Amino acid sequence: MTEEEIYAGLYDNTVLGRAGEVKALTQAGLDLNMDPVRLLYGALLPALQEVGRRFEIGDFFVPEMLMSARAMQAALTLLRPLLAARGEKTLAKYVMGTVKGDVHDIGKNLCNIMLEGGGFEVIDLGVNVAPEKFVEAVRTHRPGILGMSAFLTTTMPMIKVTIEALKKAGLRDQVKVMAGGAPVTAHYAEISGADAYCPDASATARRAKELIGVSSDAPSGALVDAVAAVEKMMSGVEE
Amino acid sequence: MTIGPDRPFVLIGERINPSGRKRLGAEMAAGDFSRVQRDAAAQVAAGAHVLDVNAGVPIADEAALLVAALRAVSEVTQAPLCLDSSVIEALAAGLAAYPGKALVNSVTGEDDRLEAVLPLVKKHGAAVIGMANDETGISSNPEYRLGVARKILQRAQDHGIAPEDVLIDPLALTVAADPEAVQVTLHTMRLIRDALGLNMVCGASNISFGLPDRSPLNAAFLSMAMVCGLTCAITDPTNPAIRQAVLASDVLLGHDPYAGAWIAHFRAQKAAASTP
Repeated sequence: MTEEEIYAGLYDNTVLGRAGEVKALTQAGLDLNMDPVRLLYGALLPALQEVGRRFEIGDFFVPEMLMSARAMQAALTLLRPLLAARGEKTLAKYVMGTVKGDVHDIGKNLCNIMLEGGGFEVIDLGVNVAPEKFVEAVRTHRPGILGMSAFLTTTMPMIKVTIEALKKAGLRDQVKVMAGGAPVTAHYAEISGADAYCPDASATARRAKELIGVSSDAPSGALVDAVAAVEKMMSGVEE
Repeated sequence: MTIGPDRPFVLIGERINPSGRKRLGAEMAAGDFSRVQRDAAAQVAAGAHVLDVNAGVPIADEAALLVAALRAVSEVTQAPLCLDSSVIEALAAGLAAYPGKALVNSVTGEDDRLEAVLPLVKKHGAAVIGMANDETGISSNPEYRLGVARKILQRAQDHGIAPEDVLIDPLALTVAADPEAVQVTLHTMRLIRDALGLNMVCGASNISFGLPDRSPLNAAFLSMAMVCGLTCAITDPTNPAIRQAVLASDVLLGHDPYAGAWIAHFRAQKAAASTP
């Protein structure tokens, strides 16, 4: 198999969500001494971005997106140790959770997939996350961004409550805050004190990059080069 | 209004809810309830037995809006109403303003929620929907959900609420994210039916979230759920596929003796088709 065939096969099979094929092709690429970073940024991440794009315009549906994510994770089980050994860094940490009183997690999980695909290290606090738990996570993990999801009109006020708790803890200026979920609007996110509103999973990854100063249009290969610049910018963030 | 295992299925109309309907929410916040009234009438005409009323408009006084919405709906229909809020003040105001026997949507198995909601239900002689989740979230184990249902029933009885005024929501989640999700829901229904014999209700449209062409999925789910003991559902009765699935299942399960409702529906459809 040629390198081109492996790139094309990884891309197509990730879009189609075929985890077994993706894992086998990743192993085949590594056996050919292909660069793990190139496999990730040259095929796997562009495939996931394509899946996100199709989802955004209504051509792809939730199960397909989850299968693509699973396929990519199968490749990452092989690539992650190699990337870690070479000291490849993520863009930034992203703490994510569904607000207190709310147990909806599908939208949040889709955002996590796109964020991980976009180069973030996602720390998922799960659902029904109390404001003090968000505060504690920001203090402990020092993320670049905190994301909150609310699926009910009755739980979306917790976005503001959590932001107020961050202020009280003196942490608000150390983290960017994003908010999203079915009933949330750009206006509501703004009056709640968030830095950005996320209408869907693809937009979440794009806005997250913008918030930390990485061009969302940058070719994916450039993300690796952007890491150094981002880390410099976020010098206050401990690893 | 009687809901029961050997009776025709009860449809609770879901459309009066500003979640995902931003225009409706904006109108309600501005004091315009004309769309609410149109939705109420259309759902009753389509076969809704009960109407769910949710007034959760962002940045608005939910208690005042719920009371106003209940009044507006009561002007156009006699159908009993289901007060849908997780805000205790809104439920209290709505129950105080509503003259009939209300259905409260909802309480969970969390201790603080039970202690806040159940006294209101008792005070106003209402019925209540208990969701089978608790402090630990939504369990994927049907036996655990049964345990939460049992706890809700016990607490309701402690507050002097009769078992027939307790409906359990066994929790319907989308099959798009988990292929086993609906099997878990159906299994939970069978357990609750056999162990507690309570009425059950669920948000039937949840099961197809994230999938295209949802109506046939929702309709198939309702037929399966009715076999497993579901006695009512919060759904869209104006959707023909859903209405047909419910009517057909009632015939097949012997809940519509001699197919009276089915035949009446057929005649009504035929008459509507022949009127230009």
